[in-house]
Amino acid sequence: MSLPHLFAPVAALLLAPLFVGLINRTKAFVAGRRGPPLAQPYRDVWKLLRRGAVYGEVTTPLVRLGPVLNLATLLVALLIVPFAGAGAAVSFTGDLIVLVGLFALGRFATVLAALDTGSSFEGMGASREVHFAALAEPALLIALATLARITGATDLGSIYGAVATAGWAHDAAALALVGVSFLVLELVENSRIPVDDPTTHLELTMIHEVMVLDHSGPDLGFIQYGAALKLWVIGALLIGLAPLHGVGVWFALSLALLGMAWLAVAIGMIESAMARYRLVTVPQFIVGAATLSAVAFMVLLV
Amino acid sequence: MSAMPALLAVIHSVGLLTCFALLGTSRIGACIRFLSIQGILFSLVPVIAHDDGLTLRVLLLAGANIGLKGVIFPAVLLHLRTRAGFHREVEPFVGFVASILFGVVALIVSLTLARELHPALSHAPFVMLQAAIFLVAIGLFLIVSRRNALIQIVGYLVIENGIFVLGAITVVETPLLVELGILLDAFVAVFVMGIAVFHISREFGMADVDRLNTLRG
Amino acid sequence: MTALLLSLTVLSLGGVAALVCVARAALAHFLGQAAAIVGSLLGLEAAISVLLAGRPYSISWNWPMPGGGLHVEIDVLSAFFLLPVFGVSALTALYGRSYLANAEPGAASSWLHLNLLTAAMALVVVARDGLLFLLAWEIMALAPFFLVIFDDRRESTRHAAWIYLAATHLGTTFLLVMFVLLANLAGTSDFGGYSAVLRGNSALGSAVFVLALIGFGSKAGIVPAHVWLPEAHPAAPSHASALMSGAMIKVGIYGLVRMLTLLGMPRPWWGWALLAAGATSGVLGVLYALAQHDLKRLLAYHSVENIGIILIGIGIGVLGLAYGHPALVALGFAAGLLHVVNHSIFKGLLFLGAGSVQHAAHTVELEELGGLLRRMPWTGACFLIGSAAIVGLPPLNGFISEFLLIYSGYAGLLLPATVIAAAGLVTLVAMGLISGLAAACFAKAFGTVFLGAPRSGEAEHAHESAPPMLGSMVLLAVLCIAIGLAGPFVVRGLTGVVAAASGLPSTEIGAALDPASGSLAIATALFAVLVVLSALLWMMRGWRLARAGVRRAPVWGCGFRRPTVRMQYTASSFAQPLVTQFRLLIANREAVVAPEGYFPAAASYASDSGDPFLRLLFVPTFRWFRGVASRLNVIQHGHIHIYVLYVAATLIALLAWASL
Repeated sequence: MSLPHLFAPVAALLLAPLFVGLINRTKAFVAGRRGPPLAQPYRDVWKLLRRGAVYGEVTTPLVRLGPVLNLATLLVALLIVPFAGAGAAVSFTGDLIVLVGLFALGRFATVLAALDTGSSFEGMGASREVHFAALAEPALLIALATLARITGATDLGSIYGAVATAGWAHDAAALALVGVSFLVLELVENSRIPVDDPTTHLELTMIHEVMVLDHSGPDLGFIQYGAALKLWVIGALLIGLAPLHGVGVWFALSLALLGMAWLAVAIGMIESAMARYRLVTVPQFIVGAATLSAVAFMVLLV
Repeated sequence: MSAMPALLAVIHSVGLLTCFALLGTSRIGACIRFLSIQGILFSLVPVIAHDDGLTLRVLLLAGANIGLKGVIFPAVLLHLRTRAGFHREVEPFVGFVASILFGVVALIVSLTLARELHPALSHAPFVMLQAAIFLVAIGLFLIVSRRNALIQIVGYLVIENGIFVLGAITVVETPLLVELGILLDAFVAVFVMGIAVFHISREFGMADVDRLNTLRG
Repeated sequence: MTALLLSLTVLSLGGVAALVCVARAALAHFLGQAAAIVGSLLGLEAAISVLLAGRPYSISWNWPMPGGGLHVEIDVLSAFFLLPVFGVSALTALYGRSYLANAEPGAASSWLHLNLLTAAMALVVVARDGLLFLLAWEIMALAPFFLVIFDDRRESTRHAAWIYLAATHLGTTFLLVMFVLLANLAGTSDFGGYSAVLRGNSALGSAVFVLALIGFGSKAGIVPAHVWLPEAHPAAPSHASALMSGAMIKVGIYGLVRMLTLLGMPRPWWGWALLAAGATSGVLGVLYALAQHDLKRLLAYHSVENIGIILIGIGIGVLGLAYGHPALVALGFAAGLLHVVNHSIFKGLLFLGAGSVQHAAHTVELEELGGLLRRMPWTGACFLIGSAAIVGLPPLNGFISEFLLIYSGYAGLLLPATVIAAAGLVTLVAMGLISGLAAACFAKAFGTVFLGAPRSGEAEHAHESAPPMLGSMVLLAVLCIAIGLAGPFVVRGLTGVVAAASGLPSTEIGAALDPASGSLAIATALFAVLVVLSALLWMMRGWRLARAGVRRAPVWGCGFRRPTVRMQYTASSFAQPLVTQFRLLIANREAVVAPEGYFPAAASYASDSGDPFLRLLFVPTFRWFRGVASRLNVIQHGHIHIYVLYVAATLIALLAWASL
């Protein structure tokens, strides 16, 4: 585990809220406003950590455990996900399965914490969340399967190392499809438009926002920070697909950071340009992404 | 013994006559008496056709058979007839004339079968073999073609007689268990059937087995 | 070996003793429970000693029955399957006495059937003779009937018992045909003889495979022969359901694996059949579970799903054997076999938990429960661990077997052959869908039952379970965590069983399992980091809140003046998006009276989640048979003479035929 390997998790810890801030700033810019400062998410988390908490009357320790477990899983995920071809801090065959498992654990904890409040709004959000997650999980596995087939490896470090250098030469079409698929997964897993509107105030239209409606104080701080980390993690999986071979390690890392910034702006543009899909259209959207990856896989087989 | 074939022939003829009598009679009391004659006659077959001497065992068994088939079973059946109040078989499924004709056919068939079987069972007297098969056939026919439950019991006992005769002549060394088993079988059957007939007649006022099928669910 | 025979004797005698003393309930319960626990512990000792020694024990007697012989052998495969049989039996016995504490007099006779079930399962697993196998199989099939019909005053229970009986006998018919076929061709009913005659003959092998798949599959609960599971498991008392779901359906899997060892080199289409059956059962099982609102029925459908997962693993293993890829063989069989043990642990735990809920709140209807975690904290915590395990969340035991399965899928993907890569992709899609849907289903189940506020008076007055019931659940929960954290060792320990099941040498299996085991070691280290981070975050949170203060308040209800507990999200609402998405497959029937107007007076919703296969496939088929048969009813007119005439006619016909 050398210095470049440690760079990625540290960069994520420091810069993930900036990623969120960049998205919000872009959206505001497109809408003709100045928008919140780039460092606003940092201030929000810091403020929340110093606040007291209010808990519902029927809650159990689960509502307190949910955000903690969610954040912990994302912190561990940072150790596995590689950044810019420098490899991950911890790498072993089958680590992509562990990544999917960690996401599942975080999601399960969040959903149970939502149901613990005994409120119908949280129940509704949890119900929609598990619906979309059930469809998104095979999509993620298929996308990673296509990458595994292209590169012949099953650990994320080797996969992204090989993709960056050699993958585009042979299987550009498949990689492009997988890239689109990852973009859709980024939007789905983080509840962005067109799947969910993070800035809506109507409870009946919320998915992720309403699951955390009755959290407050440090718990809400953990949740917001965790959301930023999740954006970063899946974004890193997407950015890692870019062809970057032949450059030095530190240069590649800087290019990757620029890529993340570009991704944040892109997400902001997508959120500004599109409207939210109806709830019955979202599954079609997700299944479409899964189909793209499956098609990419078949293209490889032929 | 040199008188053996003659005695067996007498038993054979009289036995066959009793069967034809059973086929042609409509009075139940007469049927029961014919049955008792048949039972006594055929109980004497082991005594006459024995292979290993006139032992005490053979005599005792013959005596038990005569007692049961000649005295006790007819007594029970007659008692049942009185209690139930039937004295005639009114309308059998197969008419009496047709029954006798069937008897003739059964005779021919039993002769044919006995001739086929005889080489395999060479130590058995031919006439008794044929009589046994004939008895079984007549017994089955009585069960199938008569309405009255008492006549069906009679038919069952005729079958028992036939099996007894077949056992007596074919088995070289009759184990006691087999003979006693057959006797016990007949004994139990008569009593069980008697009780059943009594209850049926008391409950439904008749012993006409034909109507019992309306009880079917 | 003596331990095993002693165990079987103790179990049977104890059961009979419980039946004899049934009038004195306390004594009968004690005898039955003690026999069950002692017998199971003896059996476990026998199994573990064989697993550690690594070589089989065998005894063989001649018995006075016509045909067949008493050939019993514990090899590594049998010993492995004896673990869930005896383990779950001991724990359900521990649980059962307190569970039946307030049952009606005469309930103690159920110990006979419970013990006989355990003894019969053990005998099936160690039998090496066709006739002995079938005898033990039949006892194993009949004993649960009396457990299912335990509450025989209810019409639904009687109906469920009837469906169970019909299904198990239909399945046994296929097994009977298979064993008779093999015994005829081999000249002996011993398994060794079967193996010799099967290895040469390929058509016979395929026929035997199909018969075994249907026969053993119906006992295991593969779609479409699963219809008895969701009827029988809710009807039986919960500790019996735990034993049936935890051990009995695994015996079906054992039969299939044993026949595979006898069949030798498999054909590729067998692996595809197993993979297809597994994927279908897995996905359909969890979809049907989503639509249920009875907790025990939901758990029963999850058993169908997990059997599907086990079959996917075995299917991958068989494909590996057929195409010659030892890595796939090792990983597939390891995943399937480990999931056998894992599933018996967490499914047993979940059924025992459901039993505690039923005991405390007198209902298992999801829409009438709620808020039980605060009233039954230990039961709830154990149920939570069981739920997390069955969903396959790290770091519990379910994750280990699902990791191995998805790992085998990826291993297949990387191979150059297109066919194997396709199999790998199918595995991944199926597993992804299954685990996502299972997470949804258990979020619904756990959330509706244990979280929120109680939806009925009964749930409000629920109390914690008795210590023995808690003890057995805690033990199972601890096992879930322990196996999860000891993942690498567990995987390495599976080498012997996988070698026995697949026929490949241990060294090859060990070499193929080493990478997975190594990965799991690193993963376990990561999970330790996860636990440490969680603890640190929790402490940080606690420290911050100690400074800043905590308050309690009602949750946001959008300004309603008078919120009621009925306003909570119900289980049916939670599952509605997914059930609607997959409505073609689930075929859920609903009766809705929608609210009308601005001030709706009344509205209602009812859903019937009867099994579609039962409704659309089996019931029409049986009805058609009944129509045909009732036309043959003509010969059953009630006339006794004609019946005797039938006898006489048959006799004459036989005589005529013999003389020809």
